[in-house]
Amino acid sequence: MRLELVPRGDVSPVARLLSPVAALAVAILIGGIVVALMGRSPMAALQVYFVEPLTEGWAQQELLIKATPLLIIAVGLSFCFRANLWNIGAEGQFIIGALAGSILPIWLHGTEAGWWVIPASLAMGALGGMAFALIPAMLRVSFGVSEILTSLMLVYVADLTLDYLVRGPWRDPKGFNFPQTVSFDWTLPYIAEGGRLHAGILVAPLVVLAAWFVMTRTLFGFGIRVAGESPKAARFAGFDAGRMVIASFLISGGLAGLAGMIEVLGQIHQLKPGISPGYGFTAITVAFLGRLHPLGMVFGALVIAVTVIGGENAQIALKLPLDLTRVFQGVLLMCVLAADAMVSYRVRIVAGGR
Amino acid sequence: MRQFIKAAAVAALAAGLAGPASAQEKLKIGFIYVGPVGDFGWSYQHNQGRLAIEKAIPGKVETTYLENVPEADSERSIEQLARTGHKLIFTTSFGYMEPTLKVAKKYPNVMFEHATGYKRDKNMATYSAKFHEGRYVIGQIAGKMTKSNTLGYVASFPIPEVVAGINAFYLGALSVNPNVKVKVVWANTWFDPGKEADAAKALLAQGADIISQHTDSPAPQQQAEAAGKMGFGQASDMIKFAPKAQLTAIIDDWSAYYIERVKLMLDGKWASKDTWGGFAEDMVHMAPYTNMPDDVKKMAEATQAAIKAGTLNPFKCPVLDQEGKEVPCKGNGALSDEQVVGMNFYVKGIDDKLPK
Amino acid sequence: MGIWEAVLITVITAATPLLIAGMGELVVEKSGVLNLGIEGMMAVGAACGFAVAILTGSTILGILAAVGAGIALSAVFAFLVLGLAANQVASGLALTILGLGLSGLVGAGFVGTNREAVPAIFIPGLTTLPGGALLFGQNPFVYASLAIAFGTLWFLSRSRAGLTLRSVGESHVSAHSLGLKVLKVRLMAILFGGACAGLAGAYLSLVYTPFWSPGMTAGRGWIALALVVFASWRPLRLLFGAYLFGGATVLQLHAQAASIGFPSQLLSAFPYVATILALVVMSAGRRSATAPGSLGTPFVPDR
Repeated sequence: MRLELVPRGDVSPVARLLSPVAALAVAILIGGIVVALMGRSPMAALQVYFVEPLTEGWAQQELLIKATPLLIIAVGLSFCFRANLWNIGAEGQFIIGALAGSILPIWLHGTEAGWWVIPASLAMGALGGMAFALIPAMLRVSFGVSEILTSLMLVYVADLTLDYLVRGPWRDPKGFNFPQTVSFDWTLPYIAEGGRLHAGILVAPLVVLAAWFVMTRTLFGFGIRVAGESPKAARFAGFDAGRMVIASFLISGGLAGLAGMIEVLGQIHQLKPGISPGYGFTAITVAFLGRLHPLGMVFGALVIAVTVIGGENAQIALKLPLDLTRVFQGVLLMCVLAADAMVSYRVRIVAGGR
Repeated sequence: MRQFIKAAAVAALAAGLAGPASAQEKLKIGFIYVGPVGDFGWSYQHNQGRLAIEKAIPGKVETTYLENVPEADSERSIEQLARTGHKLIFTTSFGYMEPTLKVAKKYPNVMFEHATGYKRDKNMATYSAKFHEGRYVIGQIAGKMTKSNTLGYVASFPIPEVVAGINAFYLGALSVNPNVKVKVVWANTWFDPGKEADAAKALLAQGADIISQHTDSPAPQQQAEAAGKMGFGQASDMIKFAPKAQLTAIIDDWSAYYIERVKLMLDGKWASKDTWGGFAEDMVHMAPYTNMPDDVKKMAEATQAAIKAGTLNPFKCPVLDQEGKEVPCKGNGALSDEQVVGMNFYVKGIDDKLPK
Repeated sequence: MGIWEAVLITVITAATPLLIAGMGELVVEKSGVLNLGIEGMMAVGAACGFAVAILTGSTILGILAAVGAGIALSAVFAFLVLGLAANQVASGLALTILGLGLSGLVGAGFVGTNREAVPAIFIPGLTTLPGGALLFGQNPFVYASLAIAFGTLWFLSRSRAGLTLRSVGESHVSAHSLGLKVLKVRLMAILFGGACAGLAGAYLSLVYTPFWSPGMTAGRGWIALALVVFASWRPLRLLFGAYLFGGATVLQLHAQAASIGFPSQLLSAFPYVATILALVVMSAGRRSATAPGSLGTPFVPDR
């Protein structure tokens, strides 16, 4: 017995939209059975895992806060992935962006400098991420070194650099020598009083729109897509391969760095070790969940955010172990990926081998 | 079907109305852990404290925990506990300090307890343990037991608590053995068994015959055992992992403190304060003294008793820094609590550098 | 046993799990599939291996369970990426999440349980020679890792099946038109990769640090993945890379113990920087685009 895939001619947009719903239904069914086997109510699990994060005001805010860095990084990564470049070091670019962007707030701490520090820090964050992404890009262009290895290894370097700075030179002098910088005097304003929703989340839709425009409406976007699909064709069309590599990495690193600084100015308000709970890696999943399409990635980021917040809810309300919520996250992602594939192909089970 | 809907509506209504009332009956207590409860170290011991509450005050409390909560992303998790009716919340890692403070301001009717930090509020208390007291005792044991006069120390991150621990360990060793040296390796992780094991192996290969550690896994002690050398467990009793090697272990015991705070809460007498407990407050325990001659055991017990009674302070003045300059003595004949809590210098004789 | 011998033995210990898991991934990638789920499969291998070894008291059964668990998890991956032509990168990442969660559930009951390490081999007369412990006194896993490395080398470069695997990875379209069973070859490769990752996990929980705890893989699956790239998909270079990385890790710990006075973070970063530099030096001047041609692209046979 084996599976046979038959490509579906043209796929209706309705099917594309319905596939995640079907995936959700399957994942919920699997999860529900497991929860029931553990003696908890599957309905309650459904309620806290999916319904609350999507319907409750507080949780909706948290959903957006969580999805924002993921989405911004993923949009950047999609440029690399479209060009067939494997930047898996967004985590490092995120961290270095946060470091570079924090120079100003730390340096100007206690001065009367005005609100301009915020945009300046964000810009420096983006530049920092770009500079750090330039390393794998240049190594690839000049020496032919694979960006998979360099970008990944540089994540560890970035992490240790952050660690060194916050324990050493950038340590808060009044902080009893604990590893943290001063609390920043300038932070992104909250959108509503008393909430945690910060102005940084407004950046995400802008980034999505800009990316969509660049990718579909500009020559550069066209070049990236061609370079990804057929390097030869790109060369014939007159696109410089090296330049494409560098440009893709700059966009991706810049957005990761920007996301890092938004996270610091919007949520954390200081530097400390471990500022990213793996956003740079999770964003890779987001990018592919969204099939590298800007709107698809919005969906991808929200799916991940729901699983994080829903998983936490399930731990609190139903006392389910963290590992179980992780398993469910894995199953859910797999269902979404499977459903997505089944939209493009009709699966037939064929008896006997070939 | 109609019956069902009716029943569901009644249940929902009842839940809505009875919510606050039943919450009064049972005090909901939340915990935030930085690691997995299965780390057999820091988070494991806090979870033991949580279980001790449930055992000591049955029927009156309900506890919840979130494990593996990243410090930079913890504000939401803490707030989620506060919103869901938890009235007392323990956040058990230094990095939760600012997030806890922010949530505490937003929820004045919820009480917070933050471990190892220094910022407090009306509804946010802090607590920490004087682990360096235990480090001084194991330092003395190490000073007596070493044959190579070289002690190995697997350290995690250069934060004051760890630095003070290394200093206390060395001062303890020095007090009984003037020729002793300590070699420090920073693993730059709290928990990576493989790397901790490699660090212990490096120390053993360079002549250390006693392995002390301030990382959380039992891996270094396993290595000491395999090499036929000695060592000290960390956070929990690791004797199972090193039956012939473990001399003793410094055990974090939060149960007494947790039970006390919960009882105060139940009696309506909870108030924000700072607690820094050691042997005397039962926050730091020593595992049974094993694998050592009786005279060393007697010495260790005497030192422990003296520290407990307050007659011996590991950081009694004069304390010399690495350059040999005397550190200002701001306490009563010893370094002050602030000096120990924020310690960022090595004492004279330690051959290592701290990041500045 | 002198200090250098002790250091070399530590290097081998640190390199072995990277070598085993990396060799599995190398074969997977050679067949044209990218599986980013090594970390998850390793974690499940570590948990299942330890659990079964404790429950049955048998190391062999523990190892078999770890290998079996790795294969089972990789079969899920194969179903997604081969059966349904799902995206490989995302499926691999989902596999990692799933694996880390599963390992926690399996291992939860075994926290705080100790087990004797699988003993090293001892051959009277040989192990006791000067340097003998290095050659004849290693753990069985070490010899197994070398056997896998050289076996893979032979398989890929000399055997007919290896040739088939390489051509499938290079261009699945041409391979298919030649009548090769692309999906079957890839399935075998993926299962082999799962078995290796599971075995590497068993090494962690039965030999390296013989206990189980959540997160004990600590990113080794990712390093293994990077080393495959470092090796430009060549088994001997992977062997070199694993030992280089293990060596750099151990060296920095020794440098610290000898107090050479650098910040520890700088020293901790050394293995990563050294790997990048080594790759730069090795690639300089030579433009060998060596990634398998079809790497990461799904294959759907048209009838």
